[in-house]
Amino acid sequence: MSKPSLIFALSLLTVLAVTTGVATSEHVKWVFLWTDILIYVLILAVGSFAIQVWRKEHLRAPWHHVSQRPLAMAAAVVLSMYMIIGVLDSIHFREPLDNQAGQTEMHYSGEVVSLFDKLAGPLGNQGEKTYSAPFASHLFTKETIDSPQGPIRAYPRLQYGGHHLADPDRDFWPDLIKGASLSFIYSLMFWLVLLAAVTHLLARHYAKGFVPMLRQIASGKTSVPFRSLFLTFGLICYLTAFILIFGDKYHILGTDKVGNDVLFFSLKSIRTGLVFGTLTTLIMLPFAVMLGIMAGYFRGWVDDVIQYVYTTLSSIPGVLLIAAAILSLQVYMANNPEMFETVTERADLRLLFLCIILGITSWTGLCRLLRAETLKVCRLDYIEAALSFGTSHFKIITRHILPNVMHIILISIVLDFSGLVLAEAVLSYVGVGVDPITTSWGNMINSARLEMARDPMVWWSLAAAFIFMFTLVLAANLFSDAVRDAFDPRITRAKQ
Amino acid sequence: MFAYIIRRILYAIPILLGVNVITFTLFFVVNKPDDMARMHLGMKHVQQADIDKWKSSHGYDKPLFYNSSPVTGGHLTDTIFFKKSIRLFVFDFGNADDGRNIGHDIRQRVLPSLAIAIPIFIIGLLLNITLALIIAFFRATYVDYTGMILCVVLMSISTLFYIIGGQYLISKVWHLVPISGFSTHISTLSKFIILPVVVGVIGGIGSGTRWYRTIFLEEISKDYVRTVRAKGMPERVVLFRHVLRNALVPILTGVVVVIPLLFMGSLILESFFGIPGLGSYTIDAIGSQDFAIVRSMVFLGSALYILGLILTDISYTMVDPRIRLGAEAS
Repeated sequence: MSKPSLIFALSLLTVLAVTTGVATSEHVKWVFLWTDILIYVLILAVGSFAIQVWRKEHLRAPWHHVSQRPLAMAAAVVLSMYMIIGVLDSIHFREPLDNQAGQTEMHYSGEVVSLFDKLAGPLGNQGEKTYSAPFASHLFTKETIDSPQGPIRAYPRLQYGGHHLADPDRDFWPDLIKGASLSFIYSLMFWLVLLAAVTHLLARHYAKGFVPMLRQIASGKTSVPFRSLFLTFGLICYLTAFILIFGDKYHILGTDKVGNDVLFFSLKSIRTGLVFGTLTTLIMLPFAVMLGIMAGYFRGWVDDVIQYVYTTLSSIPGVLLIAAAILSLQVYMANNPEMFETVTERADLRLLFLCIILGITSWTGLCRLLRAETLKVCRLDYIEAALSFGTSHFKIITRHILPNVMHIILISIVLDFSGLVLAEAVLSYVGVGVDPITTSWGNMINSARLEMARDPMVWWSLAAAFIFMFTLVLAANLFSDAVRDAFDPRITRAKQ
Repeated sequence: MFAYIIRRILYAIPILLGVNVITFTLFFVVNKPDDMARMHLGMKHVQQADIDKWKSSHGYDKPLFYNSSPVTGGHLTDTIFFKKSIRLFVFDFGNADDGRNIGHDIRQRVLPSLAIAIPIFIIGLLLNITLALIIAFFRATYVDYTGMILCVVLMSISTLFYIIGGQYLISKVWHLVPISGFSTHISTLSKFIILPVVVGVIGGIGSGTRWYRTIFLEEISKDYVRTVRAKGMPERVVLFRHVLRNALVPILTGVVVVIPLLFMGSLILESFFGIPGLGSYTIDAIGSQDFAIVRSMVFLGSALYILGLILTDISYTMVDPRIRLGAEAS
């Protein structure tokens, strides 16, 4: 078995093990939200696409180019971390309530939780009363506390954050340094083992000694940039160890207005961001591809109609069309409250609807590109040859045209992603974004505006949203640049 | 040329009609006027009489497409579709939910919108082209490489952070200009618009510079540039006299199309900085669920976009003598 598939199988096994652990320990009721199902479909689609690419030499070649770019590979590591969290957060279930005596039927809690919530454990359920700063052991606001000298106004101790410290002023820094160095040691050990294992495998593969191979990796002279892969992965290891060690003792990024852990909320927002960036494309792709190719292939009145449709749609300012649609949806949802069993389901439907609307407004660009490219491809000799053999239109489109415009589809998917993640924040600000109960960076930024006006300022929500969003978008941009460079025939030609 | 412009304008009519049908469907067919009324009057415990009163006072108490009640005429004109959608074609926007005239509001708010949109547009364009030229001059060196990475980093930051960061640093920490506000006096206007303009320009540097750099690099790889170099022209002359001028054609496509849209203002900048322009007008309308205003702005935006497309085509013929419009092109 090849190496990537081995890694894939291993990670799949881990997830399966955890899932079955949850499933067998308690009889949970699985909940399949609409976006969950679409995410599973997306994973299947990407998986089958990857298998197809892996099998064919000429399809693999551009990806090989991508895999040689150090920055792109570092970005890929970061992206896959986000994706793992996002997928874990997409497996939802409702837990059973404690059985009363003599009760035979199972009752389930009304709250939908995800596998990620379970794994994050203390991060999610150690809420405080209200704001507290990162690593604080006292609340951000003063309260009246009973003390031996009578009631006084002071900053009360947090319920969970820094609870283990006897005297926070004295013990905090030693505790922080101890934890930070511990997480460094743990992650370094893990990292070194992994480095040794990979180096060993590579050394065997290239029939080399262990030390020369290690030296080659360290100097960055391997064809796949293992050095940047390992550096990025090392950083992620350290951060993970850091969160594991401090997660249940402190609020690493503070707490928000109602005392929720900001770090947990930022991690939960990853799913929303990813859903936005990927499902929108997934939804619009069939329309854009079908209509774009049809317009370019059949020409005549088909072309006229399709062009009319996309010119009309693209002439409506995007934000306004989304606002109009969401306003109508709000009225519709308000008038039909019986359609939704739980709040989560309602929020999820709104998220999905937002993706659909965004898809409708954004397919026109890809459609136009595909139409132009199909017009070009149709003039080539092999299409004429296929036509003269009496090949059906459907077969010509799927066998001869689609593979030849695939690079455009791929480039636009990866280029759109980061823009969509950014759009989510803006839409939430305008008031036509995701449901207020959905955790998203947009909602975090939105509420942070009021927090910024406080004195002293509550900056940590905004900072957390910024860091998480910036990392995702930057990684996506760097990766998509590499993909575009590898697939765009114009760019590759210019280089030669 | 004249015939072409007329044809393009006529071609815009079916598109605007399509836009109208879409917004009409969203606002009146998906949700009945009854639902809208209920939404505005509070969800529950609303009497049908109140709903009818709200509808008649806002002009929604008519059939959607076909009115069979009048004896003579008005079968098609005394309907919601005609009164609320077709009237937009003569830029008669009607009244907002609070009774104000939308057309009057729009005319009032265009100037503040333009006061920040035009400086952002012009300064941003010049700055981005200059930066892109510098990067193209140093192409395939470390200047190019770092410049590109910097652009990607700038692109990866949400506009919201630029605004919040700018307000925090410049207004709150350094106290240089007020955080937000607007003034109609020229003398005090500058201190209000300078921060939104700076933020708007910085927010656009990343994507803008990258985009113009691609255009310049594509132009540089063409044959005539090689010929110019072969004649022994210094790189400075190649870039500024030949590449820049020829690159203006593709630059124009992206630029002219957005000029009419400047009238729409910027949604986010305006509402953050409290500028009473069309962008904040739209946001407020969305917030208060004033469908009449949102519908008018959708129509206005589409009309301006189509105007932009027409202007783009016309400007093409002016800069590029190779492009001929009308019958001889096809």
